[in-house]
Amino acid sequence: MQINEDLIGYLGDLSRLYLSDEEKRTMESDLTDILNYVDKLSELDTAGLPEMSHPFSEVNNFREDEVVNHDDRERLLANAPEKRGSYFKVLKTVE
Amino acid sequence: MEIREMTALELGQKIRSGEVKVREAAEAYLDAVEEKDGKINAYITVTKEDALARADEVQKSLENGGFEKSRLAGVPVAIKDNLCTEGVITSAASHILDNFIPPYSATAVLKAEESGAVMLGKTNMDEFAMGGSTETSYFGACGNPWDTSRVPGGSSGGSAAAVAAGMAPYALGSDTGGSIRQPSAFNGLTGIKPTYGSVSRYGLLAYASSLDQIGPIAHDVKDCAAVLEMISGRDDRDSTSIMRMPFDFSNSISDPEDPAASIKGMKIGIPSNCFGEGLDLEIKEAIINAAKLLESEGAVVEEFKLPDIDYAVPAYYIIACAEASSNLSRYDGIKYGLRTNSAEDILETYYKSRSEGFGTEVKRRIMLGSFVLSSGYFDAYYKKALQVRGLIKRSFDDVFSRYDMIISPVSPTTAYKIGGQISDPVAMYMADIYTVSVNLTGVPSISLPCGFSSEGLPIGMQFIGDSFAESKLIKAASAYQEMTDFHRRRPASFAQGGADELPEMKNKERSAAE
Repeated sequence: MQINEDLIGYLGDLSRLYLSDEEKRTMESDLTDILNYVDKLSELDTAGLPEMSHPFSEVNNFREDEVVNHDDRERLLANAPEKRGSYFKVLKTVE
Repeated sequence: MEIREMTALELGQKIRSGEVKVREAAEAYLDAVEEKDGKINAYITVTKEDALARADEVQKSLENGGFEKSRLAGVPVAIKDNLCTEGVITSAASHILDNFIPPYSATAVLKAEESGAVMLGKTNMDEFAMGGSTETSYFGACGNPWDTSRVPGGSSGGSAAAVAAGMAPYALGSDTGGSIRQPSAFNGLTGIKPTYGSVSRYGLLAYASSLDQIGPIAHDVKDCAAVLEMISGRDDRDSTSIMRMPFDFSNSISDPEDPAASIKGMKIGIPSNCFGEGLDLEIKEAIINAAKLLESEGAVVEEFKLPDIDYAVPAYYIIACAEASSNLSRYDGIKYGLRTNSAEDILETYYKSRSEGFGTEVKRRIMLGSFVLSSGYFDAYYKKALQVRGLIKRSFDDVFSRYDMIISPVSPTTAYKIGGQISDPVAMYMADIYTVSVNLTGVPSISLPCGFSSEGLPIGMQFIGDSFAESKLIKAASAYQEMTDFHRRRPASFAQGGADELPEMKNKERSAAE
């Protein structure tokens, strides 16, 4: 699998990352190397086999759906990069 | 015996009996941190004032009959910096979180506190636990106390280095693909990656949720069993934590008078294909000797071929990066963590905060994860990796229907030089060959010392068992440690004044300064 500049740009958008030109070049060659390595999986015939997404996926661990308050507002807002009153402050999101 | 020479349980006993005060214990370790850590860099944050105040509080409670059931009350602990600690910066060694003060503590941390633990500080690690050398930390590399020009392993490298250098009696780490076991091996320590779901992940900064587990790093398996007992248990706040009883792992510790009784008749498999090309010959020899010792004491040891092992690392990196790209999407500069100061609109806030906040390896894994999950590539990579994961699980199930446990290497090499491998991601990833299958399948594993290289560096091995078979592993490991003394050796830097001989740390500057 060959990664090219367009794909790096697309993945950067999916990942919400800006990369410098140098970072893009390194990323292109690193990802190509990594994908060439992981392409080893294609040696295995896995047609029709189940997908294992989790060690114990058959166990459902439900609890009662009760409303509880965990943290008060001030404590959660204490880490806010910017706030106004009891709100997180962000740049304008709609025109 | 000096406080720092004791195991965590020995220290706990002296504190319980009143021979050692909790404050004395905390001070002994804090003094060691002050003396040595400038040259090792195991800690990101040292919570000295809090530790001393907490020590007095625990002492008072002990004197009033508190912490009745805990054998580790008053014993200091170092906590990996990806475990949330209320009121104490929890950065995961990342710039994006270097000002983050959690409003709550991880369940594992709370459980340790409920047992009277005294936290000394937060330990260095690979950024977001992504790496095997603690070199990707925003706060600079960490040195290996056995040779500070070498890495302590990773990602829980700071936790291991702190224990190895006598700057903490035990530590908590996390293991997504070997991050407890490999640093334990590189530092002559014992570490346990428990069965997935045994320890609540609530408050652990998520890297790859279906693989992450929290566990102990200490000098011996007795300490590890006691710590694991303390932090395990079902937690309503982690839907993947499992109901399993009992958690009394210490009951499995072998009888010191008759350790052989614990391993007599135990069926041990040696996966011959894990001992072939690529494995350092001294490591191979040390592990084979360990297996021979167990055999001579009554275990039934047999070689076999573990199928599909070569596919574990590719499957692991696809799955881990896919989960990471999703988990790390929460870091957007809005509610907490780093926010760029140069954005013009909200989208730019996301892009720039993340680009400025994440290091190279983290960006690489997010990009790779985005790729394998993107339309057009999902089936060929992500779906394929999940199927291979199922295949590996099937072969593990088969292996554990025949063996009580298997013995394998932890890492192909002993601790390598700082800067030695970091520039080649594929080589770095391939070094995880012996550890990642355990995470893919969810089974438990103990990493423990079994020798030293000709260069004087520790060699580790791992005992791997079926899900929920920690007891068997603890039995075998404790019996082995009764018969050997590798786990009792300490690096020269461990001694008081031992740091005088250490060179100044290179690469200690924050990576942002590069």
